[in-house]
Amino acid sequence: MNNYITAVCAIKNGKVMINDKVDFTNNAAGSDVDFLKSVYLHYQVSYPKFYKMDSLCKLAMVASELLIKTNKITERYKSEDIAIVIANSGSSLEVDTEHQKAISDKVNYFPSPAVFVYTLPNILIGEIAIRNKIKGENTFFIFDKFDAEFMSSYVNSLLNSNKEECCITGWVEFYDNNYEAFLITVEKNKEGNLNITNTKEELTKLYINQAQLAAS
Amino acid sequence: MMTELMDKLKGEIITQLNLEDLKKEDISDDSPLFGDGLGLDSIDALELIVLLEKNYGIKIANPADGKKIFQTIRTMAEYIEANKK
Amino acid sequence: MNVYIAADNIVSPLGFTSDENFERLKQMETGVKLISGSSLSVEDVFASVIDDEQLEKEFQKLHAGQEYTKLEKMVLLSVTDALKQNKNIDITSSKTLIILSTTKGNIDLLGKEEGNRFDKKRVYLWETANVIGKYFNNPNQPVVISNACVSGVLAIITGKRLLEEGNYDTMVVAGVDIMTHFVVSGFQSFKAVSNEIAKPYDASRNGISLGEGCGTVILTNDKQKVDNLEMKIKVMGGASSNDANHISGPSRTGDGLLLAIEKTLKDSGVTASEIDYISGHGTATIFNDDMESLAVTDAKLAEVPMNSLKSYFGHTLGAAGVIESIVGIHSMRKSMLIGTYNFKELGVTAPINIIRDTKELEITNCLKTAAGFGGCNAAVLFQKEN
Repeated sequence: MNNYITAVCAIKNGKVMINDKVDFTNNAAGSDVDFLKSVYLHYQVSYPKFYKMDSLCKLAMVASELLIKTNKITERYKSEDIAIVIANSGSSLEVDTEHQKAISDKVNYFPSPAVFVYTLPNILIGEIAIRNKIKGENTFFIFDKFDAEFMSSYVNSLLNSNKEECCITGWVEFYDNNYEAFLITVEKNKEGNLNITNTKEELTKLYINQAQLAAS
Repeated sequence: MMTELMDKLKGEIITQLNLEDLKKEDISDDSPLFGDGLGLDSIDALELIVLLEKNYGIKIANPADGKKIFQTIRTMAEYIEANKK
Repeated sequence: MNVYIAADNIVSPLGFTSDENFERLKQMETGVKLISGSSLSVEDVFASVIDDEQLEKEFQKLHAGQEYTKLEKMVLLSVTDALKQNKNIDITSSKTLIILSTTKGNIDLLGKEEGNRFDKKRVYLWETANVIGKYFNNPNQPVVISNACVSGVLAIITGKRLLEEGNYDTMVVAGVDIMTHFVVSGFQSFKAVSNEIAKPYDASRNGISLGEGCGTVILTNDKQKVDNLEMKIKVMGGASSNDANHISGPSRTGDGLLLAIEKTLKDSGVTASEIDYISGHGTATIFNDDMESLAVTDAKLAEVPMNSLKSYFGHTLGAAGVIESIVGIHSMRKSMLIGTYNFKELGVTAPINIIRDTKELEITNCLKTAAGFGGCNAAVLFQKEN
């Protein structure tokens, strides 16, 4: 059974790419977090919780927002029929390092609950779920690099076994001066302008294509 | 004295809770911080406990006590006045 | 396709094999105790911690050669013992995949002391998994699941699904987390740690006890690999869900967990009335246990005997779902339900049937549930084959 990639949003290298086109560029941001804020403001996301999130969740939040806006999956599917399956390499190590720093300071020892809560990578799935009222399957995988074979086949099996109707999936990384979001929606039927079958080959092609756009 | 403390608190709360889209003027002395007011949540309440300890040396052992203390900017300031070391 | 439990192991303060652990549970002995003057916590804390010397003694028996982290040692011991339980399992086969379930992995390496002993890369969860895979000469890239406190249950569900896809015949699912100052300080900042041994579902519960441990469960779709087992237990189905409510507070209605339970029953082809036993999450925070009671009641499971093992092992995070599933599996094998340590008086929103004392009962269907930060919930169902 074929399933289809119906939308893609990637954020990398100071660029936002939506459905294969560079949609926003900002190379002047002072830091990666500043860049994410400029994306948030440019697209008028208007979700004050954004400011409370750690960098990894900020990235996931804006990418998922732009993704869902393009093809309105949350209007077309029931909340429990949408899955979120995301992976990365660095887990939550960016904010882990911040918490570790706080607890290493024996004089000013004030671990922050608002920091600690983000020291789990799947919190970004929770943030996407809360923002969009998505209640389906959620799993966070860790791989050394984006594994198109595993991700495409895992998502296909979720849809083909009728456990879910639609899936938000991809890669969200923010660690060690490296950030990258690559999120797609996969559905059972073709929808919108993209006409990409969710296979290892097609997904790899799409992923490389986004990286090339980001580098252009 | 009280007005000064309340003003200072507003700034500290905006920083500590990352309320980047708010200014001090947006927070009134007597409107509720939680629920319909500023829309703070349970993590914010825990973060306010850290704020009291870090900035004022006041320890709150039982988070349930926070409910009363963190009702408004004024109740918070009153609590600090009464308990600070 | 049937997916069977081929072997299992638990490494915890209660023992280094599943049988040792189950014996201690039968006697209602807990691994949680008061830890003072430890680098794990700035104040005294109740926790379930493995004795370093004992771990070292056990680990020496493996003659592992190179240096491993504490977390890796626990996994190597656990998987080695599980493999010993069933000679039909070949971990070096290309048809065997390792799934690692952990929330924080080698997070102690972020600290200076431990960090200086190992390569910086070792803190990456995939690298930890690779180290484990290499030790066992497994040819496949391991899969790592890091999904807060439902990681373990999700890893078992994922193992079943990957077997159904047909590329593998064996899944070695290991769930592990260690006690660290990192985790303890975080939960303390959440004011979530109990000042006594956790009291799941009890009226006077006031928070969690943390713990460390490793559980390994080996799954196979090849019935011949379980022909040595008198009782055959299958993983029937499972599901996860999200509350879509709050990143740290559980749903006030239990609707998310209810959804995971309902999807699990449907996936398993089992009705609520057929469930004999629920191995609950039971962290002993006020809100979690209340939430569970509502979900279980709404799923029409309020009368089913249910326990929590968090007052024995502490909350072992990424290991919890695996360890607690294994105890459930042994309860099925031995027709023995473990009483909930420290549970005296029911104190949750909806009346549920918490097991107080260890007792005998034949179990055909066991439901394991879990919930965690990020609003995630998961459930998995085990069934005895007739």
